[in-house]
Amino acid sequence: MSRLIVVLSRLGQALPTLLGILVVTFLMTRALPGDPAAFFAGPAATTESIAEVRAKLGLDQPLPVQFVDYLADLLRGNLGQSLSTGQPVLSDLAQRLPASLELTLVALVLSVSIAVPLGVLAALKQDTWVDQLCRFIVTAGVSLPTFFTGLVLVYVFYYLLGIAPSPLGRIDIISLPPPRVTGFYLIDAPLAGEWQTTWSALKQLALPSITLALFTLAPLARMTRASMLQALGSDFIRTAKACGLRSSKVLFSYALRNALLPVVTTLGMVFSFSLGANVLVEKVFSWPGIGSYAIEALVASDYAAVQGFVLAMAVLFVVLNLCVDIAYTLIDPRLKIDG
Amino acid sequence: MASFFQHLRYMLVSNPVTLLAFSLFALLLLIAIFGPSLVPYDPLASAATGALKPPSLQHWFGTDQVGRDVFSRVIVATRLDLLISFSAVALSFFVGTALGAVSGFWGGWTDRILGRLLDTIMAFPLFVLAMGIVAASGNTIENIVIATAIINLPFYARVARAEVSVRRNAGWVLAAKLSGNHDARILFARVVPNILPPMMVQISLNMGWAILNAAGLSFIGLGVRPPTPEWGIMVAEGASYIVSGEWWLALFPGLALMIAVFTFNLMGDGLRDLVDPARRT
Repeated sequence: MSRLIVVLSRLGQALPTLLGILVVTFLMTRALPGDPAAFFAGPAATTESIAEVRAKLGLDQPLPVQFVDYLADLLRGNLGQSLSTGQPVLSDLAQRLPASLELTLVALVLSVSIAVPLGVLAALKQDTWVDQLCRFIVTAGVSLPTFFTGLVLVYVFYYLLGIAPSPLGRIDIISLPPPRVTGFYLIDAPLAGEWQTTWSALKQLALPSITLALFTLAPLARMTRASMLQALGSDFIRTAKACGLRSSKVLFSYALRNALLPVVTTLGMVFSFSLGANVLVEKVFSWPGIGSYAIEALVASDYAAVQGFVLAMAVLFVVLNLCVDIAYTLIDPRLKIDG
Repeated sequence: MASFFQHLRYMLVSNPVTLLAFSLFALLLLIAIFGPSLVPYDPLASAATGALKPPSLQHWFGTDQVGRDVFSRVIVATRLDLLISFSAVALSFFVGTALGAVSGFWGGWTDRILGRLLDTIMAFPLFVLAMGIVAASGNTIENIVIATAIINLPFYARVARAEVSVRRNAGWVLAAKLSGNHDARILFARVVPNILPPMMVQISLNMGWAILNAAGLSFIGLGVRPPTPEWGIMVAEGASYIVSGEWWLALFPGLALMIAVFTFNLMGDGLRDLVDPARRT
């Protein structure tokens, strides 16, 4: 089977999922407490004017018709108007998405680069104190509420030690944000040659990304340990050892490469965790991403903004999973033999 | 039954961590039941003169921004926090087990539709879905419970489906069919009791996660309203005082939350040892 077909069929499989997401978010917009028509018509509205607004919004149509209208609106990029900012929800989300993505991605890289060596170490030293210590760290990490970890880190590193900047946003107050190219400060600032700003952004990012990384550490380290143990116990490793290959070669070229494949598949769960925890971390650190946007919208009962946020997060989640799956298909050596 | 208790005792003695988890669980239950009638102060009574006092002999966990006793509030909150997560987990356990058992037993279209439905739930980042559900259905404690139950439903349904489908064609099920039992009776009176042990493990592994979710929702201002004592909202209220050094407002409710989650996670591991036949002696 050629790789292109595998990738295309995987893309095709994402379509029903996407449809399911659209149906759920649509039903959520219809389940709003209160009557949107009465809301938009204003406090002085009569029964007739409410009915008029209802007809204008298409709310008098049967549900399937409304669903098609909803899809058409989405295709035009119309997610509705935010009540609190007065802007279209889509532009609000686009404005704030890079902040969330930067935080989530940095945290993921951090988490993977700690969890994988930790898992490998635990597997190599199975049932010793190293293994027990890893297990303890991992269980403690998953038991810590993210928002609580964040606050403890702020207290220790900002209030007590004074090495971290105040937990207010992506950049300190005296610096200006770099000219917007990608929206990622860590890319934009070096592009503009503003090293001072880069350093400031990096310092602001440190605590929130550590908080988020601690939470996703557990499933990754657990999975690495388990699959590494399985790989180390398999026949091809015994053969490789018996053939007299160097132990570093056996470990890194054969065992680790095979062990990483199942780890890649657990990334889906990790994404789900970190996108959810992202919202809490953004609130603790006043991070101007889409999570804190959604919290403000929730408090202000700004439903269009909340629905837009849920939809954006779900689509982001599907896209991340898709990328992982396609990468998995591309790096799986078994497909090379078939093709 | 006697051998079960023997095994339980053996397991608790041989594994001190599990013993610790069970004792902590018992303690949490006692606090939830008797706590509100034992606390030294009224959790809602404010005192303008005694605001933001650090922990002392008089106020073990200090006082908050309006002078309420943090210790009393943390203790009283235990009942509400456990109640929210117990009811959410119970709801997803009953609904999830029933749906999973039905689709595992009969298969076919029921199975396919249910599978699609669960996939759709799992297609969302779960915490975000819970936020959306609460936003759409109204900001109340009942809706927090329902939202937490919905996002945990797939885990129960999947375990139940898998466990039922391996037993579907077991000899004793066929024998029960042959002796004239109705399908529904076989499923709910014979097969479901048999899958309860793995479901129990799932419950205690899931409980910690349910508490975290519910507390996270109230941390961002959903569900429980101030001044009701609840751990998530207490941490949220204490958060703004962390940067000025009043650590006790957020620390103690946060620790209580952490201990509760840790207890359930450890207990889940312990229960798995208990029901796993491979480790039974």
